[in-house]
Amino acid sequence: MRYLPLTPQDREAMLATIGAASIDDLFCDVPEAARLDGPVDLPSHAGEMAVERQMSRLALQNHAAGEGPCFLGAGAYRHHVPASVDYLIQRGEFLTAYTPYQPEIAQGTLQVLFEFQTQVAMLTGMEVANASMYDGATSCAEAVMMAARVTKRNKAVLSGNLHPHYRDTTETLCRMTDFPVSETAPHVAGADIDALIAAVDGSVGCVVVQYPDVFGHIADLTPLADACHAAGALMVVVCTEMVSLGALKPPGAMGADIVAGEGQSIGNALNFGGPYLGLFATRQKLVRQMPGRVCGETVDADGQRGYVLTLSTREQHIRREKATSNICTNSGLCALAFSIHMSLLGEAGLNRLAAWNHATAVQTAERLAGVPGVELLNPAFFNEFAVQLSKPAAGVVDALAEQGILAGVPASRLYPDQTDLANVLLVAATETVEPEDIESLALALTKELAA
Amino acid sequence: MSAMNTQGRPTKPEASASSDTAPATFTGNRALHLEEKLIFEKDSAGRSGIDMPEPPKVVDRLGGLSRGEAVGLPGLSEPQVVRHYTRLSQKNYAIDAGLFPLGSCTMKHNPRLNERMARLPGFADLHPMQPESTIQGALQLMQQLSHWIMTLTGMPAVALSPGAGAHGELTGMAAIRAALEARGEAGKRRKVLVPDSAHGTNPATAAALGFEVAGIEEDSTGRVNLKAFEASLGDDVAAIMLTNPNTCGVFEYDIRRIADALHEAGGYFYCDGANFNAIVGRVRPGDLGIDAMHLNLHKTFSTPHGGGGPGSGPVVYSEALAPFAPVPRIQQNADGTLSLVEQAEGDAAQAFGRVKGFHGQMGMFVRALTYMLSHGADGLRQVAEDAVLNANYLKARLKSEFSLPYGDTGPCMHEVLFDDTFLKGTGVSTLDFSKAMIDEGFHPMTMYFPLVVHGAMLIEPTETETKNALDEFADSLLALAKAAKAGDSERFTQAPRFAPRRRLDETQAARKPVLRWQAG
Amino acid sequence: MSEERYTEEHEWVRLEGDIAVCGISNYAQEQLGDVVFVELPEVGRVVAANDEIAVVESVKAASDIYAPVAGEVVEVNSGVEDDPEIVNRDALGEGWLFKIKLDDTSEASKLMDESSYEDYIAGLDD
Repeated sequence: MRYLPLTPQDREAMLATIGAASIDDLFCDVPEAARLDGPVDLPSHAGEMAVERQMSRLALQNHAAGEGPCFLGAGAYRHHVPASVDYLIQRGEFLTAYTPYQPEIAQGTLQVLFEFQTQVAMLTGMEVANASMYDGATSCAEAVMMAARVTKRNKAVLSGNLHPHYRDTTETLCRMTDFPVSETAPHVAGADIDALIAAVDGSVGCVVVQYPDVFGHIADLTPLADACHAAGALMVVVCTEMVSLGALKPPGAMGADIVAGEGQSIGNALNFGGPYLGLFATRQKLVRQMPGRVCGETVDADGQRGYVLTLSTREQHIRREKATSNICTNSGLCALAFSIHMSLLGEAGLNRLAAWNHATAVQTAERLAGVPGVELLNPAFFNEFAVQLSKPAAGVVDALAEQGILAGVPASRLYPDQTDLANVLLVAATETVEPEDIESLALALTKELAA
Repeated sequence: MSAMNTQGRPTKPEASASSDTAPATFTGNRALHLEEKLIFEKDSAGRSGIDMPEPPKVVDRLGGLSRGEAVGLPGLSEPQVVRHYTRLSQKNYAIDAGLFPLGSCTMKHNPRLNERMARLPGFADLHPMQPESTIQGALQLMQQLSHWIMTLTGMPAVALSPGAGAHGELTGMAAIRAALEARGEAGKRRKVLVPDSAHGTNPATAAALGFEVAGIEEDSTGRVNLKAFEASLGDDVAAIMLTNPNTCGVFEYDIRRIADALHEAGGYFYCDGANFNAIVGRVRPGDLGIDAMHLNLHKTFSTPHGGGGPGSGPVVYSEALAPFAPVPRIQQNADGTLSLVEQAEGDAAQAFGRVKGFHGQMGMFVRALTYMLSHGADGLRQVAEDAVLNANYLKARLKSEFSLPYGDTGPCMHEVLFDDTFLKGTGVSTLDFSKAMIDEGFHPMTMYFPLVVHGAMLIEPTETETKNALDEFADSLLALAKAAKAGDSERFTQAPRFAPRRRLDETQAARKPVLRWQAG
Repeated sequence: MSEERYTEEHEWVRLEGDIAVCGISNYAQEQLGDVVFVELPEVGRVVAANDEIAVVESVKAASDIYAPVAGEVVEVNSGVEDDPEIVNRDALGEGWLFKIKLDDTSEASKLMDESSYEDYIAGLDD
């Protein structure tokens, strides 16, 4: 077996040093009834070529998003990832390092985290950020928990236009801790900030609002922030498409107290939904209630600048049952990919990337709005919008998939019980969408809706 | 005040004694050790490492919410960016570079075939919300991985979605809570028993789900104290969270008795599978009476740690808990195709909810299945045997100079635990000893964990080390132990001397947190 | 001003009339190492003896501080919040943490005096 270096002679010699007659002696503490005599009922080892063949066969049974036009979004976005990002994250010193608990020999990872935290804070317009969470949905759930610790109010209001996976993840965790959560109704015609403002009162710990929301709507959140703060509540802003903040006013500039984001769309492939990159940013004064690892600047014994994981007393390995969260491993390598992509883009590159996304989405929306049976629902959007079709969206999406076109996400997949959303299709268009793709989609939709 | 578990570790280094490297260089660089500024300090406004043409002109639809202010990102070209991250990478220790004996972390070789497979466009370029007709290969992969996991653990159900080990714990314990609710006992059974030697994630998980944590002390061999355990059983107990093999590196030989007594008392058995590498292919947790257990794909199944993630923490469930497993799940249709069940309805009506966006860490599933197929049932069994053999070999080589906290009472599993008794009176602490290992070219072992042992040193070599590498490591550790006992304390208290940085001032970092770069 | 009295949990109390000044012992601050953060109770909070009332953190540990006596918190030392090092420098003096207005002034006398406390910590050393 190519990964196992011990030879039979090595094993003999080592057993002799140990003073054991056989390997079985080393498993003597396992109850006899639970010792397996031989291998379990699974195939035997295989060479690299054989495994590669088997895995490739599975991969080929999928339709990769890049094989044709792709207009899917709803929390995961297909962007171009520069070659150097993927090269750099595969350097063994990054890929095969552990969490940087020994800072003297982990300054590479630590400086990356410090730079990453800075980039996230800058992009969201917040003061500080942590070193990442599992994904956007778990970040959102953790933000609600943190808001409860800060305000000492176990009650949250979720926007109906929050991605349903984020809602479900948050509600699951809240339900386990007997933490009441209420939601406003989904509002496909526009960001329903007024409904959220109406739901804020002195018992609410936080309001969670998505920006741009799951239907692609964008709205000024300042009035909501004001209402939250007047009631002593926090405003948690969820962002699932971080590229949007290259063009849009950041949540921090609108009074957000916590930003819970999904960083996949910068530097990370679609990967069928994971691993992704939970982003978490907040205000400096709340930092001791923040979950997750955080890296800080300091000096070494020679007085040289260096970095360490810090404020660890919030974390499970020290605080145990009183920790701010049980999170341990996060999304280090995805954070590295995000950070490298941000470094490559720079201010000018990010602005241009955001502009490309918006322009492509506007062109797509305008073209689709001209298709009979399609109605654009968004007054304003970034790179994703909702359209009302003259037919149930799920069937249309399946029919177009047969033609190799990934037309978008039917709202019914996210809101199966919401019959009024059955004809709603969520369409995202990033810089990877070409004019021909838009035309293919428009023509196929025209045909399908007329049929 | 409550327990103080620092064990006297200083977190502010003394200023270093005279430097070995005088005269200093003019650049601050030391040959291959290259100093590297923050990326923000290398800015040249307007530059970018990515070329994109002017975007098409459109009338903007941003609703008056255009970002007025600059983000503040620096501008660099691609070669600058590549050099920046290459230099940073060279300040890291990694498994690719050498032995990484972190106990309970299973830092084994990460095969590159796994990386190549994860990057096949048919996996990497799949959107999670694609129509089912376009993702049958992905669902088959998840089903195959589930089959391997269930077969290796001897358990009838698995939830793949958790993002890492601690998240798996949460997912396992949430099912236990849901099962108690279904029995109408969630209000009564609030207590979760957690041995004092457990990972911090165990009590943190129980608390995150609203349980009360009750500690159980260990016995004189580092195992659960059976008497204390039995005494704590009652109709208020929801579950035990037990790591097996445990963090003292030994197998809990009374595990079936523990399981039986617990079940008798109406509780559920959560097993922390962080140390599954010791038993994979040799023991099925399903034969030990457990109800739920997470696996760390980034430990046993070699998906890379990546400097702190991403991980993946699938959870297996017993028949009793299977109905409560979260969504999404995979189901086979009458025509043989596969579907994703994304809502708690139908067969999944009792699912306790959802723990994460989308369907889990697909990229890690691909890597783990690649690893499993490469090893096969025979290779995985060999993994456990060699991992245990390597740890026992190190124990045999080191025990003359090091101290075993519970005596030499039997074999260890895949990791060996020492304490700092052998350093008593030398002026050298576990921390100092670890830092001297850095100078010798090794990553330190896990230190000061488990908490139940003073100055703990937990060594896990894994199965992917050669006998030669273990011998070099053992020789080096023995030489260090002898040096400490001989009074050569400066070698330790001044260490590390040759790393990219000397000891860092953690006190300053925590007192005045600087968590980001600021312009100006 | 009375002598300090100690709890088994390493808090100290000094009576100033019906006010108990409280902090952590020198032994405790030494064991903790460099104190990096102190979280103090709200003034006005009414506590029972042994209630968790404050947190003192070093880099590697967070220790809950228990109220050594019952009563109402009447003052906290904001100086240690700004500069936690004071707890290391002068645990029994400037490094006091909070003051409790006692329900029962005899309560403090049940705690250990300095010499009993010294014997007690001598017995803790392993």
